[in-house]
Amino acid sequence: MMSKILEVNGLTMNFGGIRALDHLDLDVHAGEIVALIGPNGAGKTTFFNCLTGIYVPTEGEIRLTSPLTGKQTLLAGLKPNKITELGMARTFQNIRLFSQMTVLENVMIGRHCRTRSLIFGAIFRPRRTRDEEQDTVDRSYRILEKVGLSAQADEFAGKLSYGSQRRLEIARALATDPFLLLLDEPAAGMNPQETADLVDLIRRIRDDGHAVLLIEHDMKLVMSLSDRVFVLDYGEKIAQGTPAEIGVNAAVIKAYLGEDMLDEEST
Amino acid sequence: MTMISRQDVKRSLLVSLWFVFLSFPIMVIQVNPVERTVVWRWSNMLTVAVASFLLSLLVRVWLFRQEKRLVQVQLSPSPQPSIFHDLLKQQKFRYPLVIAGSVIVLAFPLLFSSYQANIMTTALMYIVLGLGLNIVVGLAGLLDLGYVAFYAVGAYSYALLNLHFDLGFWAALPVGGLLAALFGVLLGFPVLRLRGDYLAIVTLGFGEIIRLILENWSAFSKGPSGISNIPRPGFFGVEMSLDQAMTFMYYLMLGLLAATIFVVNRLQDSRLGRAWVALREDETACQAMGIDKAGTKLIAFALGAFWAGLIGVIFAAKTTFVNPASFTFMESAIILSIVVLGGMGSITGVIFGALILILLPEYLRPLSEYRMLAFGAILVAMMIFKPEGFITGSRRVYRFQAQKNSPILKDDE
Repeated sequence: MMSKILEVNGLTMNFGGIRALDHLDLDVHAGEIVALIGPNGAGKTTFFNCLTGIYVPTEGEIRLTSPLTGKQTLLAGLKPNKITELGMARTFQNIRLFSQMTVLENVMIGRHCRTRSLIFGAIFRPRRTRDEEQDTVDRSYRILEKVGLSAQADEFAGKLSYGSQRRLEIARALATDPFLLLLDEPAAGMNPQETADLVDLIRRIRDDGHAVLLIEHDMKLVMSLSDRVFVLDYGEKIAQGTPAEIGVNAAVIKAYLGEDMLDEEST
Repeated sequence: MTMISRQDVKRSLLVSLWFVFLSFPIMVIQVNPVERTVVWRWSNMLTVAVASFLLSLLVRVWLFRQEKRLVQVQLSPSPQPSIFHDLLKQQKFRYPLVIAGSVIVLAFPLLFSSYQANIMTTALMYIVLGLGLNIVVGLAGLLDLGYVAFYAVGAYSYALLNLHFDLGFWAALPVGGLLAALFGVLLGFPVLRLRGDYLAIVTLGFGEIIRLILENWSAFSKGPSGISNIPRPGFFGVEMSLDQAMTFMYYLMLGLLAATIFVVNRLQDSRLGRAWVALREDETACQAMGIDKAGTKLIAFALGAFWAGLIGVIFAAKTTFVNPASFTFMESAIILSIVVLGGMGSITGVIFGALILILLPEYLRPLSEYRMLAFGAILVAMMIFKPEGFITGSRRVYRFQAQKNSPILKDDE
């Protein structure tokens, strides 16, 4: 087994009197594709928001370990941009691209936390800044090639088709050089062909050395793609295991199909 | 297909009725308090009714055409660049236009009277103010209604430094800019979490606070009577007549404008400029992509304020007198109008916006008391027919340079 890069212990998130996440444990190893599933409102996106610093969790700890340097960091209270800088990037369930910027520029924004030039560099454009800018363009372009959007590089992001916008979200996240990529329902609204391409893309991303943690409702995608699956219901983890184990887990079937179905099946 | 439907006529009739009702007390009833008589001017009512009906109908026809055009634009595959951009893009027109433009601009004080040059200097000042505010509003999307406060900081820092320490114009220029930038950061800190309407209200308040301090803290700023006898900018100690000083001021502003355009243009096309636009589009996504929201916003505030500070110093030197009455909310509103009217995030747009907004009231003077009315009507018409501003900002196209020793390309070969 490879090293743990993400370790979540007892993560709890309260909104007023409502407990959205209840003492959740989860881990991701380097080079793994892990899926997080659960019925609507189970707390999956809340979990992502806690990980990426958009929410500050009520309780529990999140430990991120870089596979390259072995440096461990506790994420509690860190700002979202700091967490991205550490090497964990995400996409959004409701697409949040910069629609008035070009496709390439969207990816270039992802390079922001890996580049340095500021006011002085912008105004005087010394050699260093020019090299950095060209490097940003080149890398961003390569990422667009990888996700198959290089032909639309100079179009406005808002003009892309739905499926392409989802892929651009992934490209933008990849540009931040993450070792762990969080995908929030990457296949939502995609047609079967686009979904098949997406599965292929996620595999390639994994092969390039990024671990992937994804939320998804498309069970076919989850079962074919992931190494391990975590199941959430009402903010609690009700099961974890390989796709095969999850497929026959009684608690999971109950959560998805309801009590009655299970009773009918057993009688 | 007719362009005016019965629906339109009905609506226009309603509009005209409403106008008649609204204008009735002032246009129809005329009370003579001396002779204690009331004159009913029914002919005025007719004029208002007919005029408002026709105008409303005209607007409807225009809007109808506009909508048709908008649909066509949306259906076409690429965004339609403006005529102006088209002209500039064609090499044939580009150089003659640019050369003619720069000759006129450079020779302006020689060709026209010093009165004209003075107006033009003011217009140049507002262009720079517009470009500065454009960083905050147009690029970073932070609606700042208190921009005039930084202008005031610049002006008063020169006036006070000169009064107490005898500091000259050229030393005060950077000091005024930097002090304004400092105030920009000071304002920036508390409003980091705010956006949209809330930000607008707080910045509006900030602008008023600065003005009220200047008005009431007499020991510090000499209050409403202001500070006079501020020296004009010197030029290596050369003695200048008033006319010459005005001409010098014009070229000084021209130089500063050129520098501003250069810097703002470079800022737009940089890592920082992209981060601002991304921040304008979606703050949450921006942060999730690793952009430090607070820092990026503060830099925008500071840089925007810096230019206001510079122009403040120049304003104090140009008028040789400052008092708080020059820094009312109206100034902020005009500068904001320049940015919005010209086209948010576009340098050419801001230049056009400033020229129109500053020069139009000057050249409408022959209309005497109807001057501001005509000005207002032009603004309203502008927002109806071209709500995105004269010139919309366009995004840059980047070129991908394949590196020779790139492993990816080697595989392809």
